[in-house]
Amino acid sequence: MKPFTPLTRKQDSQPIRYLVVDDSVFARKSLAKMIDTFGGELAGEAGDGCTAITEYTRTKPDIVLMDITMPQMEGIEAVERIVRQHPEARIVMVSSVGYQDNILAALQKGARHFVQKPVKPDVLYEIIRYVLNDDDGVPAPAVVTEVR
Amino acid sequence: MKMQLIQPFISAADSVLAHALNGPTRIGDLSMEEEGYRPKGFSARVAILGEIEGRIIVDMDATTAVRLASALAGYEVEESEQVVRETLCELANMIIGNAVTLLNDHGYQFKVHPPEVHASDGTIRGTSDTEALAIYFDTSCGRVFVNISMRYNLIQHAERDAILR
Repeated sequence: MKPFTPLTRKQDSQPIRYLVVDDSVFARKSLAKMIDTFGGELAGEAGDGCTAITEYTRTKPDIVLMDITMPQMEGIEAVERIVRQHPEARIVMVSSVGYQDNILAALQKGARHFVQKPVKPDVLYEIIRYVLNDDDGVPAPAVVTEVR
Repeated sequence: MKMQLIQPFISAADSVLAHALNGPTRIGDLSMEEEGYRPKGFSARVAILGEIEGRIIVDMDATTAVRLASALAGYEVEESEQVVRETLCELANMIIGNAVTLLNDHGYQFKVHPPEVHASDGTIRGTSDTEALAIYFDTSCGRVFVNISMRYNLIQHAERDAILR
């Protein structure tokens, strides 16, 4: 993986802290590896939507990377609940299922962006950079990475 | 066999493998199988139910799975059955998810069940009136087999048409 210019928080120049939510351990490890190359810090992990909510409250991450299809509580419902409690939450959906209904639902519930799996590190990096600079809290238009 | 139901899975498998491995794939021979499918190694099986229904099998040997896991993770992964199973599940999810995106945007309503991973044993039969398409992809990590059996569910189609009328 190529090195990236480290992304840091505007207010204190500390590394960006991430919460990674995916029911696949493999996917979480892969995203954690990317986060490392972005100069970020893994604040927490969750394998379902319910755990994501408690982990968000516990860790207060700068960015959440959230899968959609998960057991117990799916990602879109988790987004709605997290954003209701924490309107400042910056959540990027990361899913292999990228049809329009899903993307729109996620954005309507408060997600800031959408990236389709398999995730390219440089695409995710740019999306995170964009979301971090989007200080108004206005959901950005959906961006779906083309598979090829 | 309706190619418009099959093609999204072939395109998705090709795209996901090429994208994930950051290199070209070569699509091998296509064949139709009516007698069921005998997996080559570990296989992830995904069932689809709804207006279209069937099953997809993603299949590879353990060595290929570990190489794929290392390529996907970006670091060297040690071989274990857990790694093989997780790699297969993740790869199947990505292929099915990308194919489903295409099919769903065409208006089909259906549910995708989570992948089930099996070690190679015995023949997997399709539905009684559905043949399966078998295809393989040569990648830098080894050969990945995909077996697709899909059909229209005419009853669900008729029900939806009746509601829309």
